[in-house]
Amino acid sequence: MSVGEIHVAISSDQDIVSARQKGRAMASEIGFSSGDATLIATAISELARNIVTYARKGQIALKPVNGLNRQGISVIASDNGPGILDIRQALRDGYSTSGSLGLGLPGVRRLMDEFEISSQPGQGTTVAVKKWRQ
Amino acid sequence: MEVPILKQGAVLIATFQAALSDADLNLLRMGLVQQVVKFRSRAVIVDVTAMDVMDSFASRTLREIAHMIRLRGAETVIVGIQPEVAFAMVQLGLTLEGVATALDLEEGLAYLNEKFKTTN
Repeated sequence: MSVGEIHVAISSDQDIVSARQKGRAMASEIGFSSGDATLIATAISELARNIVTYARKGQIALKPVNGLNRQGISVIASDNGPGILDIRQALRDGYSTSGSLGLGLPGVRRLMDEFEISSQPGQGTTVAVKKWRQ
Repeated sequence: MEVPILKQGAVLIATFQAALSDADLNLLRMGLVQQVVKFRSRAVIVDVTAMDVMDSFASRTLREIAHMIRLRGAETVIVGIQPEVAFAMVQLGLTLEGVATALDLEEGLAYLNEKFKTTN
């Protein structure tokens, strides 16, 4: 497989569309079903939107990953925005500080297989998620 | 990206494309409500068959469109949500509560015909 790592700079709503299209294309190349590619593209859309809404700019890194007997995709969304004060609260359904629905992070967690978040108030936020091919 | 809005009698039909940005969705929301006023439309069908991702923003916008149009006294039906998109929406916890949905354009029109018949 010759799928390489892709970085998508995120600073506008148009970049959200571009990131999720690139993510879907990579997922298909890795061999994900179209249903799983949709889940991955949707998760990327939510992560990219969080960047635009809360940090204004950041980036999404997409790359294929190899497990023991499986292949998958890694999506890392990072920004140098205001960070999240209370991560546990941000992971609760219905929580939002921007007046949006606040379903973003818990939803992304359900769409993907692995989910890690790190954030420093004033420094930024990194959300790293993976999905494995069935 | 322009979203074509077709006028068919008292019904407006808006066909969403795959790669709509947030700005496109906002424009569409305004455009649809204005056209409902202009044409005194009784219903709007939003066809999302081509949409491959329905994230929280898109589904919130659809819900808002439907609610605004209801305030104008017209009906909205969302048609063509793809099975995998529906699956992703449920995983994300997104619902289109209070908004009518139908399988495709044909079913959407049939639903509206039935509805207008009973309210007349």
